[in-house]
Amino acid sequence: MIRWLFAILGGILLGGVVHLVSVLALPRIASQDAYARLAPMLKLNAVTPLPDATPGTAPMPFMDPAFAAAACKYDLSNGSIKLKVPVSQAYTSVSFYTNEDISYYAINDRSAGRKVIELDLMTPQQKAALPEDEDITAADRLIIESPTKTGLIVMRALAAEPGLMTQAKASLAAASCKVQSEISQPKRR
Amino acid sequence: MRLIFVLILTMAIATFVGLGLTWNTATRGVEIGTLTIGPWTARPRIGTSEIDPYARATVARSGELPIGAGDGITFRATADNSGKKLDGRCDVIVSGVTPAARFWTLTVYDLKGKLVANGLQRYGFTSQEVVRASDGSFTVHVAPRARAGNWLPTGGVSRYQLLLRLYDTPVGVATRSQKDAPLPSITMAGCS
Repeated sequence: MIRWLFAILGGILLGGVVHLVSVLALPRIASQDAYARLAPMLKLNAVTPLPDATPGTAPMPFMDPAFAAAACKYDLSNGSIKLKVPVSQAYTSVSFYTNEDISYYAINDRSAGRKVIELDLMTPQQKAALPEDEDITAADRLIIESPTKTGLIVMRALAAEPGLMTQAKASLAAASCKVQSEISQPKRR
Repeated sequence: MRLIFVLILTMAIATFVGLGLTWNTATRGVEIGTLTIGPWTARPRIGTSEIDPYARATVARSGELPIGAGDGITFRATADNSGKKLDGRCDVIVSGVTPAARFWTLTVYDLKGKLVANGLQRYGFTSQEVVRASDGSFTVHVAPRARAGNWLPTGGVSRYQLLLRLYDTPVGVATRSQKDAPLPSITMAGCS
C-alpha cells in the first residue's frame, strides 16, 4: 500500500520537473512559432511586405489590422545590417526579434526623432571590432546589438483610418535592410 | 515485478502531470508579471529581453510576435467587468477613456488570435477613427448586429477576446493600478 503511495507522490514530484523542463524547452521545440511562420516567406537581408492582417491572410495570430507591416529576416554572419525606414504620416515602429521571438529592442518614429529611422544592427563581436578612432561611432549613428546571429526586424506603419493603408504600405515599401560589407572587413591596425 | 508496475505508474503520473501543467499554462497563461486593471490584463515584460519563461512558452505556442516595449503595450480582456466571459451573441459595451498614448487600437480576435471575419471587414477601431463624446470618452458597441455609433461586429462567434493596444505610451513596467492607467469598462447588455 505504502509503495503505491510513494509511486503517486514521486510521480507528482517528477511531474513538476517534467513541467519546468518542458516550459523551458517549448520555445526551442515549437514548430509553429512566429519565426517559423514568417521565415519561409521572407528574403534574407531584405525587406518583404507581410500579407494584410485579415482573417484569411494574416500570417500569424494577433496582428494589428490597423497596421501595414514588413519584415526583414537577418543573418549577421556576413557583416552588420544597415536599416533605413522612412517615417509614415501617423506612426511607425521598428521592432527587433531574436530567432526565438524575443523582442529585444523596439523604437518608434518619435524616439528616433527623424524623418528616416536609421539603425545599424550588429553582433556584440562586430561592435567590439568597430574602429574607435573614427567618428562613425558618434551619437548620430544608432547601433543596436543583436543577441543572436539571426532574427527578424519587423517594421510597422499605422493606417489610422482604413483609407490611409495604401500610404502606410508605400512608406514601408521604401524601407531597406542591407548587409554592410565594410564592417565585416578585418580590423585595421 | 511489482517494482516495475510501481515505476511505470510513477512515470505515467509524471508525464501526465508535467505535460498537462505545461499545456495548461502555455494555453491560458500564468499570472506571473501580469498587470490587471479591471477586466484587462497586460504583460509589461513580454516585449523585453526579461520576458519570463511562461510568457515565452505562450508566445511560442500561439505563434504571435509580442509588441516591443519601446513600441507599445497590449491589454487583453476575455471577460466583462463582472467576470462573465465575452459572448459574440451578446451586446457588449466598451466605454470610458484610455491612458495617455499617441495612438491606440481596439481589436476583436477569436480565442486563438485570429481576426473575426465579418461582412464589413471591420476588425477594430483606432483612436483616430472612434467617435467620441464631448468629454473625450468613447463608447464602442461590440455586437453581432449593427448598432449606431461605434460598432464592432462579432460575426456571432460564441467566445472572443478584446485587445486594447496602446502605442508610444508611458504605461508599462512601472504601471501599477487604475490611477496610472484608466482603462475603459466592459459591460455585457442583452443577448440574442
